Amino acid sequence: MQHLIILPVLLPLLTGVALLIHRGGALTLRRTANVLSTVALVVVGILLVAESTDDTIRYYALGDWQPPFGIILVLDRLSALMVLLTSLLALGSLLYACAGDDEQGSNFHGLFQLQLMGINGAFLTGDLFNLFVFFEVLLIASYALLMHGGGKARTHAGFHYVALNLLGSMLFLIALGILYGTMGTLNMADMSAVVTTLDTADLGLVKAGALLLLIVFGLKAAMLPLYFWLPRAYAAAPAPIAALFAIMTKVGIYSIIRVYTLIFGEQAGPLANLAQPWIWWLGLATLALGAVGVLSARDMRTQVAYLILVSAGTLLAGIGMHSEVALGALLYYLIHTTLVSGGMFLLVDAIAQQRGKAGARIVQSRTLTQPATLGLLFFAGAIAMAGLPPLSGAFGKALLLQAATTAQQHWLWPILLGSGLASLIALSRTGSTIFWRASGEKTGITLGPLRVTGTLMLIGCAPLMVAFAGPLTAFTQATAAQLLDRDAYVESIIARGDTGGDT
Amino acid sequence: MEALFATTTGILAASGLYLALRGRTFPVVVGLTLLSYAVNLFLFSTGGLTTDGAAVISDGAGKYADPLPQALVLTAIVIGFAMTAFSVILAMRVRGDVGSDHVNGNRVDEPREDKS
Repeated sequence: MQHLIILPVLLPLLTGVALLIHRGGALTLRRTANVLSTVALVVVGILLVAESTDDTIRYYALGDWQPPFGIILVLDRLSALMVLLTSLLALGSLLYACAGDDEQGSNFHGLFQLQLMGINGAFLTGDLFNLFVFFEVLLIASYALLMHGGGKARTHAGFHYVALNLLGSMLFLIALGILYGTMGTLNMADMSAVVTTLDTADLGLVKAGALLLLIVFGLKAAMLPLYFWLPRAYAAAPAPIAALFAIMTKVGIYSIIRVYTLIFGEQAGPLANLAQPWIWWLGLATLALGAVGVLSARDMRTQVAYLILVSAGTLLAGIGMHSEVALGALLYYLIHTTLVSGGMFLLVDAIAQQRGKAGARIVQSRTLTQPATLGLLFFAGAIAMAGLPPLSGAFGKALLLQAATTAQQHWLWPILLGSGLASLIALSRTGSTIFWRASGEKTGITLGPLRVTGTLMLIGCAPLMVAFAGPLTAFTQATAAQLLDRDAYVESIIARGDTGGDT
Repeated sequence: MEALFATTTGILAASGLYLALRGRTFPVVVGLTLLSYAVNLFLFSTGGLTTDGAAVISDGAGKYADPLPQALVLTAIVIGFAMTAFSVILAMRVRGDVGSDHVNGNRVDEPREDKS
């Protein structure tokens, strides 16, 4: 199945366009089309992961223009894993949205699919300019989705989000310009080969370009000085969209991993690993400040948004640790945090609906209609997010803590464990306020079957990930090994002997 | 030519950045537009500035203009144009929904220090 690689981009594109054309069609029809397409995407994701396990790196040359000249899509373990993860998260949030959130504004289903297309494209592409294009596709869809349903808070958060990301896109273009001007190529595998043969005069420029890219990806991944947009935007977004956005910070994390292991990795001579020290310290700082944010949040949505920030900090610190074991551990943690924090956004929305006027604010309010179901789910989600055993959060964190070298342990252990404690305190306070200090009449609003399925699917991944931790960690460790084996990547894309662009 | 090109790009970028940091939505949108012009010019120049260079392979052409930055800048212009249109509409929506054109949503009846 040679064409399988392009399906995660084509399928959402076609479905999305069809849904936009038939925007006036029957709601059930649009919902069915969207769900079917997302289920198909899950299947494609599983097939891609199965295909990638033989450790060969495949590529799909669009229009049969061979690399380094044409645009290529590359399938390795990491991109296959990310595509599958996206489709799973999308399915959960879509099921939840189909219970009614999709009716609050127009074009939800079409935009949803276009968003998936952008995300999948960003994970699959092997060309840096193409990465920019897919970033734009996913951003444009996310601008509209963020404001789905309208309202003061959303428009407001939306403007900040749009303005910041426009600036980010411009920095991305400047970085691309610098890198193209000095390296003469934008194919990632080719750049990885060219970076070793650079003139010493160009080194400063390339370094500037590489670090500009770090700013762009840091903005997406919510790295310390660039995260201030996130809590507000995520707290304002409709719940299913906020859940889907849980993968958006991971697009930034993915790009950082890809660019700084492949292009500016070990082999890059004077530029080798130039970003890792920055990522390490900024990641730790993000982690620490995120924990403070979790404690200070007065609204459940903001709290979950800060929990996303904590996980982004953890992942960044993991990248900064810069070893194969750490990379494998952080990939496991990445799967866990994406799915569970997506589920938490859905759950918090479900709780807010049953609380009448109090909504998502962490204050005393009415008794929930379904305290047992929601309470159990919240309990499981909180344990997983805070990183307590026996759920997957503890597992991921333990793997990361284990991977730290002695020098790194002095910083990572107290900060990571401290942020876990802070999350635990904040979440138990939230839980006891909502479930135990409640009194008064019930609102009578119950959770529909679709909402239960969506939320359960995402939070239920936490115990599943522990049950299948063996095969999962084997996969993520193999992924880490493949990522650091940069020669194999370059060789499978560009035949040896004619590497090097037209510099 | 290089000096003129660089100065133009620099001035555009500096004015764009200044405007993008203003407190009201309209200057911000104009600033982002100016910035995107500067970025497009910059991107265009990354293949080196040539005059009378052949764009496609032809017999007897001594020098070639690098065609890739032109393709890149075309993509960037299209995306930038769409985004400008979107941000203008969004700025108007903010004005309507929030009742103020201040980026932080300060009410209009508050004392104005920023007259931009």
